[in-house]
Amino acid sequence: MLDIRDLQAKVGGGNDILKGINLAVKAGEIHAVMGPNGSGKSTLAQVLAGNPAYEVTGGSATFDGRDLFGMQPEERAQAGLFMAFQYPVEIPGVSNAYFLRSAYNEIRKAHGEEEVDPLEFLDIMERNLALVDMDQSMLQRSVNAGFSGGEKKRNEILQMAVLRPRLAILDETDSGLDIDALRIVAEGVNKLRRPDNATIVVTHYQRLLNHIVPDFVHVLSAGRIVKSGGKELALELEEKGYDWLETPAEAVA
Amino acid sequence: MSSSIENLVNREYKFGFVTDIEADTIPAGLGEDTVRAISAKKHEPAWLLDWRLKALRRWTTMKEPHWGNVRYEPIDYQDQVYYSAPRTAKPLGSMDDVDPKLREAYDKLGIPLKEQQVLAGVAVDAVFDSVSVGTTYREQLAKLGIIFCSLGEAVREHPDLVRKYLGTVVPYSDNFYASLNSAVFSDGSFVYVPPGVRCPMELSTYFRINAANTGQFERTLIIADTGAYVSYLEGCTAPKRATNQLHAAVVELIALENATVKYSTVQNWYAGDEEGRGGIFNFVTKRGKCAGANSKISWTQVETGSAITWKYPSVILQGDNSVGEFYSVAVVNHHQQADTGTKMLHLGRNTRSNIVSKGISAGQGNNSYRGRVFVGPKAAGARNYTQCDSMLIGNRCGAHTFPYIEVGNDTAQVEHEASTSKIGEDQIFYLQQRGISKENAVSMIVAGFCKDVFKELPMEFALEAQQLLGITLEGSVG
Ligand SMILES: Nc1ncnc2c1ncn2[C@@H]1O[C@H](COP(=O)(O)OP(=O)(O)O)[C@@H](O)[C@H]1O
Ligand SMILES: [Mg+2]
Repeated sequence: MLDIRDLQAKVGGGNDILKGINLAVKAGEIHAVMGPNGSGKSTLAQVLAGNPAYEVTGGSATFDGRDLFGMQPEERAQAGLFMAFQYPVEIPGVSNAYFLRSAYNEIRKAHGEEEVDPLEFLDIMERNLALVDMDQSMLQRSVNAGFSGGEKKRNEILQMAVLRPRLAILDETDSGLDIDALRIVAEGVNKLRRPDNATIVVTHYQRLLNHIVPDFVHVLSAGRIVKSGGKELALELEEKGYDWLETPAEAVA
Repeated sequence: MSSSIENLVNREYKFGFVTDIEADTIPAGLGEDTVRAISAKKHEPAWLLDWRLKALRRWTTMKEPHWGNVRYEPIDYQDQVYYSAPRTAKPLGSMDDVDPKLREAYDKLGIPLKEQQVLAGVAVDAVFDSVSVGTTYREQLAKLGIIFCSLGEAVREHPDLVRKYLGTVVPYSDNFYASLNSAVFSDGSFVYVPPGVRCPMELSTYFRINAANTGQFERTLIIADTGAYVSYLEGCTAPKRATNQLHAAVVELIALENATVKYSTVQNWYAGDEEGRGGIFNFVTKRGKCAGANSKISWTQVETGSAITWKYPSVILQGDNSVGEFYSVAVVNHHQQADTGTKMLHLGRNTRSNIVSKGISAGQGNNSYRGRVFVGPKAAGARNYTQCDSMLIGNRCGAHTFPYIEVGNDTAQVEHEASTSKIGEDQIFYLQQRGISKENAVSMIVAGFCKDVFKELPMEFALEAQQLLGITLEGSVG
């Protein structure tokens, strides 16, 4: 589904932050990407989603066979790529319901499907709100404006539930959540798991992986994947920390 | 950064066409002869000609005001045409007699004038250059005693009403542009709603400037008698031309005891091109008087067009407990300049006013909010709330606020809040990541910013206003 080869990327005019990432994700799989702060996890997620602030300087990525970097951000979303933001953005004055329905309909249109009207959409929302334990009142609130940290993260999962992506990239969706919110988020992700979709869970901590069990764990350090393994790798990291894996970029170069 | 928020927009101005129609035009230039000629063409009574001439004499002693935060080349007032009418315009038996060319022009603008397909639930007065070419739904309104016609017709058919109210809110000596308008005003709309009548439909005027080098100087007079209610909407467009065109309108609203007037504008005059060539100079005086107790006047404006906008729809709160409102969205892109706001003059006791201004600046546009809140010594218990927000798109545009507050009664409460924000790349990307195009993302963010104003517009027009905003800003994010 997703095939990343030797990906290099930078942000804000400095040196490359990603220094050659290779990663293949198949349908039905859950991959965890772990690593210390500043190792490039969010950069990877943002580059895949097409944030124009980030620049791809080398390598390639295909998504269902299409050249990902040749697609506009909205085209990637319409093709089924979803990113839950580490820092969800506030859009004052735009209701969650209107925003989500617009997104839902844009994606349907891109697939040649009929748009749904506000009433049909309300039905869809009702089912999904239950999944993340949110009530209807949040539909009329402005997108993320004045939301608590936990509400913002749950709102990301709500959007994922409604938009049903082929590939979801969750960027530190667990950070800042208390244990109950964490369980709600994890259950949401698990319930949405299907044989034809895939998830990349970006996280700093192991605890989310008690709830979402990954098929593969990758450790990112200084812009490279320095180790990959099964779910046991996450536990090993929990015990030993990241230091034993860290390879200074200079030493490799 | 591979993409920056600059140069968001450039869709074609789709109302920029010219209608080729034979016109009856008074040659350029302004003097007593011009004023007499206009008055004669309209078969006006002597009192109105006298009033016009007094205005002209006053105007010749006045100086063009330059306190607005706008810059432009001097205007040669002798080089303007002050009257141009489609030759076929004459009093009509029925809307179906409207010249097909004119009807076609309005069809292109999305304003059908044919009786069978008139805008549902909205009565329209169509003003083309200097004259009204037709008004829909007149008979239905007449049954309720509501008068809705062109001001020219009102002078002929309801001279007492016109004479009683004309110039009582905006006197001919009020300001440079208002005096100019009083001398040469051609047509505009007239509305009178009798006591206790609630006007059952939106009344609307659609102004169209067509002829070249011709100014439009329309004058609108709306009176809501005791206990009456009326909601009125004004729309406007003009062809694309490389030279600037002058528009100096006057609108007077009068609300008697317990009456309400709601006046909404969607202003889309041609704004000039990306380099700032051409476009309408929009110098407008709009004012309402809450003459009676418990009356209410509400202005809502969405200003997206014009090269220069200079207008301050205001309310004189004379009646006790009267209410004035001003809801405004002003958008400037490319080289557009807007200096707009309101004046709320609290004279009566317990008068209240509410001001919500949303300014959006893109390209090299320059947007100023200018507001005056005045509380007179007798206005015990007066209250004002002002909220004034600016949004910047890109780095080359400007936003300014000039609030003036004078309080002459210490029981009054006046509150002012202001904010300035930049439309964020991160907001646009967030929406794009959910499948929404960049253009729609910008429209959505801007519409969210303007929500408090859009919700005041009549429903049919809220969507139109939102789309118009999207078009104006198209291309402002690169
Ligand atoms: N906008 C930016 N401008 C410059 N440097 C940045 C910017 N964003 C992130 N970085 C740098 O890129 C590196 C990787 O950041 P990030 O991908 O956010 O790491 P992680 O998500 O793993 O914590 C860090 O060194 C960070 O300081
Ligand atoms: Mg991060």
